[in-house]
Amino acid sequence: MTEPIRRPKRKNPVLRTRLPVLPPWPRSRIALGLTAAAAEGRFALQVCANCGAVQYPPRESCHRCLSDRLAWREQSGEGQLISQTLLHHSHDIFFRERVPWRLGMVQLDSGPTVVVHLHGAVGAPPARLRVGARLDKAGMGVLVGFPEKDVPHMADDRQLREMTCDPKFRKAFITDGKTRVGQALTHALVGAGADLVWVGHAEPWKQFPGLAELSDLPQVSLVRLDVTDARSVKEAAGEFGAKVDILINNAEVHRTHGIASRYGTDVARAEMEVNYLGLLRLAQEFGPVMRARAADGQSSAVAWVNLLSIFALSNFPAHGTYSASKAAALSLAQCLRAEMRPAGLRVINIFPGPIEDEWNQLLPPPKLAPEAVARAVVAALKDGVEDVYPGDVAQEWLARWRESPKVLERELAGQ
Amino acid sequence: MSRRNYEGVAVAVPVTVPYVRYSIKSAHWFIARALKALLERAGLQKSEVDGACISGFLLFPDTGVGLMQYLGLSPRWLDHIPMGGASAVVALRRAARAVQSGDAEIVACIAGDTNHVDSFRLTIASFSQFARDAVYPYGSGGPNANFAFLTDYFMRTRGARREDFGKLCIAQRHNALSFPYALFKKPLSMEEYLGARPIAEPLHLFDCVMPCAGAEGFLVMGEARARALDLPFARVRATIERHNAFPDDPIQIRGGWALERDSLWNQAGLGPQDMNLVELYDDYPVITAMQLEDLGFCAPGNVVQLIRDSTFTTEGSLPLNTSGGQLSVGQAGAAGGYLGLVECLRQLTGQPLGARVADARRGLVSGFGMINYDRGLCTGAVVLEAGHE
Repeated sequence: MTEPIRRPKRKNPVLRTRLPVLPPWPRSRIALGLTAAAAEGRFALQVCANCGAVQYPPRESCHRCLSDRLAWREQSGEGQLISQTLLHHSHDIFFRERVPWRLGMVQLDSGPTVVVHLHGAVGAPPARLRVGARLDKAGMGVLVGFPEKDVPHMADDRQLREMTCDPKFRKAFITDGKTRVGQALTHALVGAGADLVWVGHAEPWKQFPGLAELSDLPQVSLVRLDVTDARSVKEAAGEFGAKVDILINNAEVHRTHGIASRYGTDVARAEMEVNYLGLLRLAQEFGPVMRARAADGQSSAVAWVNLLSIFALSNFPAHGTYSASKAAALSLAQCLRAEMRPAGLRVINIFPGPIEDEWNQLLPPPKLAPEAVARAVVAALKDGVEDVYPGDVAQEWLARWRESPKVLERELAGQ
Repeated sequence: MSRRNYEGVAVAVPVTVPYVRYSIKSAHWFIARALKALLERAGLQKSEVDGACISGFLLFPDTGVGLMQYLGLSPRWLDHIPMGGASAVVALRRAARAVQSGDAEIVACIAGDTNHVDSFRLTIASFSQFARDAVYPYGSGGPNANFAFLTDYFMRTRGARREDFGKLCIAQRHNALSFPYALFKKPLSMEEYLGARPIAEPLHLFDCVMPCAGAEGFLVMGEARARALDLPFARVRATIERHNAFPDDPIQIRGGWALERDSLWNQAGLGPQDMNLVELYDDYPVITAMQLEDLGFCAPGNVVQLIRDSTFTTEGSLPLNTSGGQLSVGQAGAAGGYLGLVECLRQLTGQPLGARVADARRGLVSGFGMINYDRGLCTGAVVLEAGHE
């Protein structure tokens, strides 16, 4: 088993907060295939379409038959730990601050030998284990050797916790508690061991369903927040921004209709005010202080989660202006990710299909339960992935979009 | 077809530019100093050197090409060998054939590198595409981590203990005490060796080579020319090289020597028992053990017994790394690959700087270079014989 982490002591305000540094991030372009898969929680290696050889490290030619038809294919990761070392000395500042650091050399059952960050619960070599891919603090795909079977408190492994955004003993901020998704997120974060959850609501004088259940949770603190109001966002950041480890922006306005069926720009503007500009306001107020706390010990600031929509990938004309606002938010989230990366903060984008709520009333099933969205968010935090497409509808859109964005556009337009 | 021998080729003028831990000079400076020493020692003009073979990690962005203009040389034969610890053996192979064929008359083989306070980190961070993609992001331990993996595996499969590696390190330190250029000048005890701080377990401090600055060189020419210049020389009895051997081994437990060993001893007409001294690449003791095994000094898998049964000091049963090796002299970048060859040449030509190996007539030099991803890729060896009767 893994030694469980303890609740961190109250921070000593006299001590300087450690500045965030990153593990080495330079990679060749071809090696980024590992990162692309790891960003979605998959461990993929190059497999030769001609001779079937699995190869690592990545290259642009098959080491066996010299074919260049190489595709990234998901791997089981099963293999044998053949050698290990415990590093006490490193040339890199990130690791220098974190030694001793355990590494392994693994012969995968599929053939290649890989160097991995080795989980503490894996036995001494020779030992069976399974290799998975994770994003490291630099947001780059790396390989991790996990014990063959799960052990208690596995996520608490000191090295693994540097690559994940586990909510345990962390403080989270959920920007809108009024929606069913917001409430499900709050319950899920508390269930995942979050120490404290600030939950925003724009109109505190209004009672909304579920409010009482939220207020009853000892970890929850309700705060006034209107993401359309710059002053409100600034005040919230000033009040508790320096304590937020995980920010989940689920505030959204969702109306139906496209261009012709709803005349004027008022609704579209309201969607942009919340879905796009709301994100921008939050990022400007909370981003800098979270970046500054990205190496603040065991419970550092780690993640920023955006509730987007699968409609951000390609416009769904029946919800046309909403799709456009989510596409804008996606683009801005990519900018935010680039700006958070130097501190090692993960930006997680959630792309759900239609959620079971009043604005998707007319859409056919399957629709995502708010609890399923919340589970997907917590899983993404625990695994440290960047992009999540929860539910069957999102998965199908994603597959169609990957195959051909143009064909999907035509399909969505009604053929 | 049998391999052609190296008849008529002489290797002479072993030179070392004294090692320092850190230097503000460039690799170019160290190589220039080595060339100057070669010319002075041989009594040659620069224009008489018509071949050059250069190695140096920190020459970047230059290669041997730019260095010719830098040094004002106009050779008709030029090679640049980026093979790290195998550079000397490979340089000698290339140069010997150039001389034998008449493409060049006198080839200066030189390796040199500098060591600035932060240059080693920068070198290993961008050592190779595979290292950058698949090793350096994992703890950034550099070669220590690579050799820790190999050592861990070797210890388990061969039954080696830390004391066995310690024996090699301690003997080399003993040899280094009389060698003026060695950066380590204090005797090493087994107690100190075992008690040293861990670097990358199972490796501890005295298992790890220390980067430094320096240069090494020698000349390759025809025997007649060496005699005319009145230079003591050695002959080349045999050479081998092999790259990326045993790619299907999941982890390195042997190197290209194991494939080419028979070719080496057949060409030499000699065997391991005929060697009066052995100079093996030794950035970490595990690799010394691997070479002893692969080059036939014991039956495969029996190197631990060989280590326990032998003594490796200059006066011992198997004189090994008689100047102290890199572990006690220091690793001056690519010059680390030359250290053993230059020392062997000194012993065989009767001009050792430190303790002399008695009646040294034949020696083996082995090289190992370039941990590209998970293992060293370049291997080579050469058997030298004293040129005098």
